[in-house]
Amino acid sequence: MKKPWGTLLIILTICSLIGLGIFSGRFLIYLTIRVMLLGIFALGYNLLLGRTGLLSFGHGAFYAAGAYGLGFFSLQVTGHPLLAIIVGVLAAVILALIIGFFCVRHTEIYFSMLTLAFGMMVFSLIWNLRGLTGGDDGLVGIMRETLSFFGLFKIPIKTDRQFYFLVLAFFLLSTWVVHRLQNSPFGLALAGIRENPNRSEFAGVDVKNYRLTVFVISGAFAGLAGALETLLESNARPFMAHWGHSAEPILVSLLGGLLSFTGPLVGSVFFIAMREIIQRFTENWMLWFGLVLLVVIMGFRGGVVGVIEGLAGKSQKNLKE
Amino acid sequence: MLQSIVHVILTGLSTGMFIWLVASGLTLIFGVLGVLNFAHGSFYMLGAYFCFTVLKYLGANFWLGILLGPLCVCAVGFFVERFFLRNVYHIALPYQLLLTFAFVLIFDDMVKMVWGAGSVSPPGLATLSGSIEILGRKFPVYNLFIIAVGPLVALGLWGMIEKTWWGRIIRAASSDREMAAAIGVRVPALFTSVFLLGTWLGAVGGGLAVPYVGILTSGMGEAIIIDAFIVAVIGGLGSLKGAFVVALIIGVLSAFGARFFPVFDMFLTFILMAVVLLWKPQGLFGGSK
Repeated sequence: MKKPWGTLLIILTICSLIGLGIFSGRFLIYLTIRVMLLGIFALGYNLLLGRTGLLSFGHGAFYAAGAYGLGFFSLQVTGHPLLAIIVGVLAAVILALIIGFFCVRHTEIYFSMLTLAFGMMVFSLIWNLRGLTGGDDGLVGIMRETLSFFGLFKIPIKTDRQFYFLVLAFFLLSTWVVHRLQNSPFGLALAGIRENPNRSEFAGVDVKNYRLTVFVISGAFAGLAGALETLLESNARPFMAHWGHSAEPILVSLLGGLLSFTGPLVGSVFFIAMREIIQRFTENWMLWFGLVLLVVIMGFRGGVVGVIEGLAGKSQKNLKE
Repeated sequence: MLQSIVHVILTGLSTGMFIWLVASGLTLIFGVLGVLNFAHGSFYMLGAYFCFTVLKYLGANFWLGILLGPLCVCAVGFFVERFFLRNVYHIALPYQLLLTFAFVLIFDDMVKMVWGAGSVSPPGLATLSGSIEILGRKFPVYNLFIIAVGPLVALGLWGMIEKTWWGRIIRAASSDREMAAAIGVRVPALFTSVFLLGTWLGAVGGGLAVPYVGILTSGMGEAIIIDAFIVAVIGGLGSLKGAFVVALIIGVLSAFGARFFPVFDMFLTFILMAVVLLWKPQGLFGGSK
């Protein structure tokens, strides 16, 4: 895509997202918020999977850390949304540091299994510590209080339409940050680690530390998405930490295309849309996702973006074979 | 006190044997094919459900269920390996993992569609029911039977891999796939057979679990695959000996956890995992790679 067209496309997307928030009905607004939350989750996650080549099955834990961090803070301390979101993200960062410390020593299969196991540990803790976390009921009754900044301005986010713009702001911010990260020397070093960890090590890249850093960054985005979802639904649920939920950003990234920046975003749109459509017909929508996943892996490993780029005459990209 | 400790250990050992049956298939498949099969827990679940169906429609003969149920699962396993897994051995690892993960999603929902989303209870079985007294407290005979089956399977596997011609070929192919192919081993067929054996082991575990767990749910595969993963990590990936020893340790440990610290029942296992990983990152019985 040539540069001026790219800029035009970005401006058009932002304008239509703003327009959507002003003019569309409640259901569409809710769905778009969901898409953006999943987009934040998957964008951050794909820094780890697509960029660094590490497949984590435990990012639900950080999502839940963001959700429960925000929940505890706003129930116990103050309901200020921005502060609570920061606390949620911090909780996710700390948890990602601890779990990442154990996991990044390993790669490939070991890494995937470890993240899965630690993620399920967090799930079982949330599930069992009923007095603290509410067990399977989760944390309930989290309010969306008015956004204020030292009394300088007050922005209500009570209705979904008002909240939409807060999510949109975070979504655009996240997209920008991830884009900058991917194209920074740091992001290029990550791609180097994916292609050849040994050679990166020889070139002077501290592979383990880079892995831990990107693990924590992706955990922070998961925490942000979790915190925002908790504000949207006004509750935090243990299922957020379950591996079924950890699998969502993987499915989304794969569906959209692992190696393209826009892949996770396109994937989020497809994922939410497909889920909405399939759930109209059947309870068992995971079966259909499994089948879609099979088709993508067997035939279209570039995802939706890969197919579009292929139609536009670009060569197909893949994780190294 | 002694009585209660002995009973907790026995309960833990029987739980550990189920984990071992699943972990053995997982480890075998990983050791030879190099693929970590997420869907292995689903084979365990399918084993239980097929066995249940056999019991329900062909009369409550438990041995018939144990014989036929896993064979049906092997047919499913054959389909998975021959038409899907075989085509992805050469591609990047995340894709392989995700392919097997896709089957987890598919099998879980298929079980819900065929057998219903709720739980099902198998008919009462006369075989090996009843209990005997150990230290003045009753212990089910069936659990003792399970404790005996685990080591038998381990012995059988060991004999098969160390003492037979087929086992020798397996060891050759798992240490150097291309070399084995060059000297005339039909590697694809060998891989299929190993995958079927692994599938069968998991499915037998599921079949044996039918009288043990009492109710079958579509989530039973997920629960055990995570235990099996932990066992594989702690024992050292690809090591059958490690899988056996660690499965028993995990079984006993979680039985103690469930008995004495119910809130942290899974937590003990994870602490053990974290300690082992800090101390021996390749697992207790894992070779350096």
